[in-house]
Amino acid sequence: MAAKSIISRPVYGTLSPQPGKHHLFIADAEGALAISDMAARAPAGFFEGAEIVYIPDPGGKHVAALEALKPAQFHQAPSFASLLPRLKQTLSNAHMGLRLYLAGTEGLIGQAMQVALEAGIDHTSMQTEHRGSLARRMQCVHCKGITENVTTQPAICAHCGLLLLVRDHYSRRLAAFQGVCINAEDRSEMPPIEEAFP
Amino acid sequence: MGITFRKETFRDDFTFRNSPEHIRRFPFPFHEDAYMYAVNIEPHVIGPKGSVLENLIDVDEHYVAEMQDRALVLAEDPLRCQSLPHMTLAGWDLLELLMEQQALGYPEHFTLERDGDRWRWINRPLGIDDTFTFGDTSTLPYGPMEYITRQSQGDFCILDQRDGNLWMDAGMVTTQADWSLDFDIGMNFFEWHAPVPLAHEKGIFVRALKFLTNIQQGKPARRLNWTMTVNPRLDTSPENYHKWGPDRTTVTPENVGDKVHLRVELQSFWRLPRSNGIVFPIRCYLIKMDELVTQPKWARRLHRVIRDLPEELATYKGLTRYRPTLVEWLSKLDDGSATSSGFGPD
Repeated sequence: MAAKSIISRPVYGTLSPQPGKHHLFIADAEGALAISDMAARAPAGFFEGAEIVYIPDPGGKHVAALEALKPAQFHQAPSFASLLPRLKQTLSNAHMGLRLYLAGTEGLIGQAMQVALEAGIDHTSMQTEHRGSLARRMQCVHCKGITENVTTQPAICAHCGLLLLVRDHYSRRLAAFQGVCINAEDRSEMPPIEEAFP
Repeated sequence: MGITFRKETFRDDFTFRNSPEHIRRFPFPFHEDAYMYAVNIEPHVIGPKGSVLENLIDVDEHYVAEMQDRALVLAEDPLRCQSLPHMTLAGWDLLELLMEQQALGYPEHFTLERDGDRWRWINRPLGIDDTFTFGDTSTLPYGPMEYITRQSQGDFCILDQRDGNLWMDAGMVTTQADWSLDFDIGMNFFEWHAPVPLAHEKGIFVRALKFLTNIQQGKPARRLNWTMTVNPRLDTSPENYHKWGPDRTTVTPENVGDKVHLRVELQSFWRLPRSNGIVFPIRCYLIKMDELVTQPKWARRLHRVIRDLPEELATYKGLTRYRPTLVEWLSKLDDGSATSSGFGPD
């Protein structure tokens, strides 16, 4: 779990079954375990009104466990980018009262939340649970490029190549942490790059 | 009489200067010999003639040059001006406020004529004479917020009020002290202030939000904030930090007086009548050390404030590299004698 930090840094909870008839789960990798754990506490018939969309790790681990929950719909996607068109349509057609559950890596939770926010769903109404990697999505404040799966501090921008301090300051709109040049004042200063978000 | 607008730059050759009258009117932000955060908000009412509070929206000798610098920033990076879709009405509110205030305070430079929704705006310093329909965006060359803030000194944030919070949902931000509108847009009051050290623990933001959400129409409020900038650079954005950051390594005992600037923000807060939003102008005033120390009281006081500033604040304000050089230089102007209370020069 993430250590205590500044206020803009997202805080995740534990999935819990919400009242309602329509439930949409979006998860990746070990996020499947959060859904399985919640299923153990869910009332009978809960998944009859549920759709699960899942991005497994290569190898397809946890797919069978999710299918065994017998959701009304189960969709497996190879990446978040490939899931995006379907997700946008699902959310734009959603009825009032749809319950949203996001589980897995911060990148997955953040990007799914971003799409849901654009569809007009309030972020406080979404259930979230962080599982798995602490890798961050980072926006370079200088060139605006997004670097996925950042695990080091500092980190190199995949677009402009500047060495960036990965801040805890987070934008839900961008689904990204902010990266700011760490040696802007004196480029000859080269702090060591260390594994920080495994 | 009117203002004589200076021809000057805030980049490259940095020809920005304050005239002697503008030095005297500088909004020096320290009323005592020390500084710590406080909820220093007060009613934004007209102040003494010859001060920056002579009008509620201040226009000064840097107006034309600042607007030219803003146009350069926007040409390089249009993301410095953004407005979420639900904020257009608030943009019209702001246009009305700034046109009214500038025409009221400086009739020799600005004129607003209204015939129902048909408005004519004359801005003589910038050579603008436009007639448009209030509320109809297609009759202006930009959206209403961008149109008027390309003609008004200072940054502008428009805050939407909902769920008991304020949301940074629109802004024109080209003269900022190191924060990014593009990153922070859409955040609530606590989120966009998240990186500020110490103040959360002191409950500053909880109290400030309570105050701001209760601001009433026609009763604006204000506060001062400050930092320091090497070279008179308006655009000290995080976007360009890798370009201006190296300036901080260039301060020497010989050039402190010319290079180091006190940067004061006069922030004001206004309720907008149609949208119920709040506009938050952040007006930036710069003064170089050579100019500031022409007022002996300010020189003594600034020495004591910078010398005794808590380390976290010095780091947050980016002073770390040149603070020792600056304090040493200012110490020679501090004979240890008492300073009178209050902001003004003696």
